[in-house]
Amino acid sequence: MTANVIVTDDGFLKETWHSQIISNFDVNRSKETLAIDVMSDCNPNDILIAPNLRMIRVNFVDFSDGRGFTLARIIRLLGFSGRLRAKGELISDQYSMARRSGFDEVEITAALAKRQPEEHWLYRADGWQDNDYQNRLRAP
Amino acid sequence: MYKYNQFDKQFVQKRNVQFRDQINRRLNGALTEEEFKPLRLMNGLYLQLHAYMLRVAIPYGSLNSIQMNALATISKRWDKGYGHFTTRQNIQFNWPKLSDVANILDMLAKVNMHAIQTSGNTIRNVTADHFAGAAADEIEDPRPYAELIRQWSTDHPEFQFLPRKFKIALSGSPKDRAVTRAHDIGLRMIKQQGSIGFEVTVGGGLGRTPMIGKVIRAFVGSKELLAYIEAIVSVWNLLGRRDNKYKSRIKITVHEHGIEKIRELVDARFELLRKNFKGQDQRLLEEIRTYFAPPLFKTEAINTFLERYQLDQSFRDWTDTNTHKHRVESYSIVSISLKFPGDTPGDASADQMRKIADIAKKYGHDEIRVSHEQNIILPHVHKNDLPAVQRELKSVNLATANIGLISDIIACPGMDYCTLATAQSIPVAKEIANKFKSKKTAWNIGKMKIKISGCINACGHHHVGNIGILGLERNGIENYQITLGGDATETATIGNRVGPGFSAKEILPAIDQIVTTYLHLREEKSETFLQTYNRIGLTPFKRALYPETPNRKQKL
Repeated sequence: MTANVIVTDDGFLKETWHSQIISNFDVNRSKETLAIDVMSDCNPNDILIAPNLRMIRVNFVDFSDGRGFTLARIIRLLGFSGRLRAKGELISDQYSMARRSGFDEVEITAALAKRQPEEHWLYRADGWQDNDYQNRLRAP
Repeated sequence: MYKYNQFDKQFVQKRNVQFRDQINRRLNGALTEEEFKPLRLMNGLYLQLHAYMLRVAIPYGSLNSIQMNALATISKRWDKGYGHFTTRQNIQFNWPKLSDVANILDMLAKVNMHAIQTSGNTIRNVTADHFAGAAADEIEDPRPYAELIRQWSTDHPEFQFLPRKFKIALSGSPKDRAVTRAHDIGLRMIKQQGSIGFEVTVGGGLGRTPMIGKVIRAFVGSKELLAYIEAIVSVWNLLGRRDNKYKSRIKITVHEHGIEKIRELVDARFELLRKNFKGQDQRLLEEIRTYFAPPLFKTEAINTFLERYQLDQSFRDWTDTNTHKHRVESYSIVSISLKFPGDTPGDASADQMRKIADIAKKYGHDEIRVSHEQNIILPHVHKNDLPAVQRELKSVNLATANIGLISDIIACPGMDYCTLATAQSIPVAKEIANKFKSKKTAWNIGKMKIKISGCINACGHHHVGNIGILGLERNGIENYQITLGGDATETATIGNRVGPGFSAKEILPAIDQIVTTYLHLREEKSETFLQTYNRIGLTPFKRALYPETPNRKQKL
């Protein structure tokens, strides 16, 4: 298996998004585009969130570079309610951070999925909403 | 004192279980060393020169006797029988075994403590005025706000992989005892038309490029505090440099983009974030506040104290130097000096910790504080109990009467422990303290803050010492640079370098020379070193230190 793995709250899945994902900065990117790729170091103001947009994939530069988490939070606050995916060498310990920041899922390589198998991710996926100070502080 | 509720307890327990699991996954190869490193750091575990070091948070410096006793037990059971109190209200254990760390964390959890975010590129332990809740000059106790910030910053999902570490300090008094202006965010409490808020400074910090924090907003109401500081960290998380760790702190971001630009970005982000806080944080703040209600103060007259004060010279000396004005007339704030000349500044043995716990319970309403100056504070002692407190402290060698004097030195661990250090700092502190240990000399010199760092990272706060000493290494030889005129208070100032550095042998005579020069040039005995320096400047000290080579190039 060499295809990337999609990690969700239910564990490992095969790719479920089958249409094209193009760069936010691609010349062909238009208001009609369904899915875009952005780097985690991009300026949130440069992302065009049109009504047709269904998925944003945030590409992490490195697992130790946490910009993507803040970017996800901002994308959500700007009103995007579609699918938000983190892609890159994230580690299983970051799964709950990703979910809490607003991501729906994480895309990892087959090699990483081998070294950090499904059970490691499920360990952090299970109850990712529990014991979250942020959630507690932001309750109505 | 704040007490963990069910939520806090479960959180810390779960976190410890997760860390155990991370250690196991490192051992079986699921995590690489590179991946494991930030995880162990965000749980307080460093790899030092000779061993692992565990840095335990003492949030805003507050602890009770049970917690102090637990620290003593940990030092006995899993370390060498002592701990080191740091300049950021933490305690460090220098010799734990990796296999014991999870057990230590479990023991800490039982007494409502942890080592979370005491290291790594995270929001670090929130610090506050060590006289909080007791000082006569205070507007309001800043600790409820500090606890709210502790909860907000703990495990914040966006802020566990920041460009670099991030430090926040609070002061509830116009007198700044928390060095707020040398923090990434400094919060100074202000009362405006009856409502509490904070002046927010940003971009302060010492280290390689020392900067005094700049005011980003003159007043942020307490209701908007979390959203506003979140906006600052959010902006910096995206904007802060990640290409060079020496340029990644927010002070550099502010310097490179300018405070106006940062203010604009933060304001815009704040508008986006504030709607997320819908009021529950304020209800939690009210709940937290109940834990910090002042104790029931005794009202008896202070005759016993007055009598003893007249009779006993040693008691009078200790009282004059080591106690501070309390908001209640019949009470004092007691500083316990961890600066016995010849000992390591900030170190306390298990026996000493137990004795402090004991005294706090008997005479101090069970409250203890740790100061950034590496001393221990008993915030609430009735004056009649001071003689007993001094007597008991004497029995464990903790009654040194030198608070605020020349031998009350801040020093980082330096080359004796730290991998980053380029020079020793503890032996220099010991030498200076020994040299000026006579009461007559020390009292004659008066108020003096000497601060020593063993490398450019400035953990010993040398930039804001009246006399700052920075130990560097030049061609394998230790070289100490001296700065003068630094100030850590509400009039925060970075000291000025006096000239070329001194060798390990020359540093003590140089300090002696500076002190002699000051004593010569002060206008009257009440003029402190800092006041004299501010009046006459660097030149007279330069002349005294470099007499034979007046034209010597200052190339260092």
